[in-house]
Amino acid sequence: MSDLLANLYNFFEMVRYPSGSALCLAGAILCVIGTIGVMRFPDFYTRMHAASITDTSGATVILIGMALMAPNWIIVAKLGTIFWLLFLTSPAASHAVVNAAHTAGLQPLIGRLGKKSDDEEGAA
Amino acid sequence: MTATALIAILLGMVLLLIRTLIGPTLYDRVLAVNSLGTKTVLALGLLGFVMGRPEFLDIAILYAMINFVSTIAILKFFRYRSFQVPLVRRGGAQGGKR
Repeated sequence: MSDLLANLYNFFEMVRYPSGSALCLAGAILCVIGTIGVMRFPDFYTRMHAASITDTSGATVILIGMALMAPNWIIVAKLGTIFWLLFLTSPAASHAVVNAAHTAGLQPLIGRLGKKSDDEEGAA
Repeated sequence: MTATALIAILLGMVLLLIRTLIGPTLYDRVLAVNSLGTKTVLALGLLGFVMGRPEFLDIAILYAMINFVSTIAILKFFRYRSFQVPLVRRGGAQGGKR
C-alpha cells in the first residue's frame, strides 16, 4: 500500500510541471482568443461576451496550472484567494458595466453581419 | 512554456490597450480596462513563476481587489459626475424618505 502511494507521489512529482505549464499555455491561448474577440466584434454587448471568456475560463485554467506548479501550500492558498476574488468580482463588474450602458441608452446593433443597421444609416 | 503563456498574455494586454484607445463608446473603454486588470493579475502570477519567485502573488491579490473597486468607482463617476453621491435610491420602496 505504501509502495503504491510512493509510486503515485513520484508520478505526480514527475508530471505536475509539464501539465501545469500546458494548462498555463492553454489558458493564455483562451485569453488571446477572448482579446481578439474584443478587438473584432462589432458591438459593445458582443464585446462583453468575448471578454467574459478571459474572465472565466482563461483565469480558471491559468490558476489551476499555477497551482499544479506551486512549490508549497502557501502558494496554493494565495492562488485560491485570487480565484475566489476573481470568481466573485468579475461577474459583478461585468454586470455593472452592462447595466450602466443599458441605463445610459446604448442600443445593441441589430441587423445582418457586415451591414450597418438602419439607425446608423439614418444618422449618417 | 510558462514564458510563452506570459508572452501571450502580454500580447493580449497590448490588443486591449488598442481597444481602450480606439473604443467608440465610453463603456467599451471601461470594459477594456476591466479585462486589462484581470489580465494583469494573471500576468503578475505567471511572472512570479517564470522568475522563480511566486511571492509576486501578493501583488496579484491586491491588484484583483483594486481592479473591482476602480471599475465600480469609474462607472459611478460617469453616471453621477461626482463621487459624493450615495448609491442608495432616495424615496424608493426600501430607501425611505430622508
